[in-house]
Amino acid sequence: MNVQLNGKQVEIPEEVNSVEKLLAHYHLQSRIAVVEINKEIVMKEDYVHQKLSHGDAVEIIHFVGGG
Amino acid sequence: MKNRYARQELFLGEKSQSKIQNSSVIMIGAGALGSSSAEMLTRAGVGELTIVDRDYVEWSNLQRQQLYSEEDARNKLPKAVAAKNRLQQINSEITIHSLVSDVHGLNIQEMIKGHDVIVDATDNFETRLIANDAAVKHGIPFIMGSCVASYGTTFAVIPEKTPCLHCLLNHLPVDNMTCETVGVISPIVQIVAATQVTQVLKILSGEPVKPLLKSTDVWKDEKAEIDVTRLKNEHCPTCGNEQTFPYLQYKNQTKSEVLCGRDAVQIRPATTQTFVLNVFMERLKGMVTKPILNPFLLSCGFEDYRVVFFKDGRAIIHGTNDKMVARSIYNRFLQYYSE
Repeated sequence: MNVQLNGKQVEIPEEVNSVEKLLAHYHLQSRIAVVEINKEIVMKEDYVHQKLSHGDAVEIIHFVGGG
Repeated sequence: MKNRYARQELFLGEKSQSKIQNSSVIMIGAGALGSSSAEMLTRAGVGELTIVDRDYVEWSNLQRQQLYSEEDARNKLPKAVAAKNRLQQINSEITIHSLVSDVHGLNIQEMIKGHDVIVDATDNFETRLIANDAAVKHGIPFIMGSCVASYGTTFAVIPEKTPCLHCLLNHLPVDNMTCETVGVISPIVQIVAATQVTQVLKILSGEPVKPLLKSTDVWKDEKAEIDVTRLKNEHCPTCGNEQTFPYLQYKNQTKSEVLCGRDAVQIRPATTQTFVLNVFMERLKGMVTKPILNPFLLSCGFEDYRVVFFKDGRAIIHGTNDKMVARSIYNRFLQYYSE
């Protein structure tokens, strides 16, 4: 399916249909991240249940340590 | 007219310019982000600038840490000192305080007192969370910034208004991606620092700042921002209803002590984590010499030292009596561990 990720149109496999799977798809599962779908923040405990749909606008920001 | 701030004043207005010149800003860290922010703030005419850093200038810093020269690296000058030297050449009219010190939960409150804004230029989560606790406790805005590789994030913590960093992070993350393992390019440093300094100028001018967590990847040409208001957590131990400021408490500090008569320093981390030593050993391959592994500890030569690392994260660094050196060796060593 197609979603808009951080402002860009991306094609992701159909089976990547939850926030948890999306984070794993981008190798971000072990990172601390804030995820927003269609302007609504998804809380961590909902990552497994929160479904992704074609056309969703997704923002993912993960934290890094350096500086 | 001899007004070095003329162009800035034209944009910000006379009132804001005078507020900036009467303000006081503290930078926690004087590495890449700190160099860049400090130079902008110095040129902008911030009245007082305090720079705290525990490290000294090395050759590998020169690619991006814009305040330092080859001579500073040759002389191994402490960054806080080298930064002050350079910044006073740029602007002799402002007051610069330099502190060569390791920031921890027990000394930070004394350092930040009397400042209007705290700029995050640290290179690790633990110090960020310590600064965040102190900022919230003292009601001082804290401008978070971090970067690695070509990616960086910023967020302005405004006490009592926005969520704090602790709300966003929830717990102390194990940091396995740093400038020393995956590198960093200077354009992302400049972007993150520029965003932070913009927030500082806005706050000093009395302008509102939005609760936006922002990220940029300058190489992949990606940008994101999220309004994080919803993440303000009423149970947050830093900014919630029952504040305990955990990172300012003695029991939560990474502790280091010189081991009597042994030319060694013991480090005890704040986190209660169990490390899988054989995995760690695997990751350290090629980075260490003469490794020894048993069920309780791993021991190996690392840089010019011998590190004995226990599975609870405690370590003894042999070959130094200097706690600051030992801590930076410990941090570098730990970077090879990943979850």
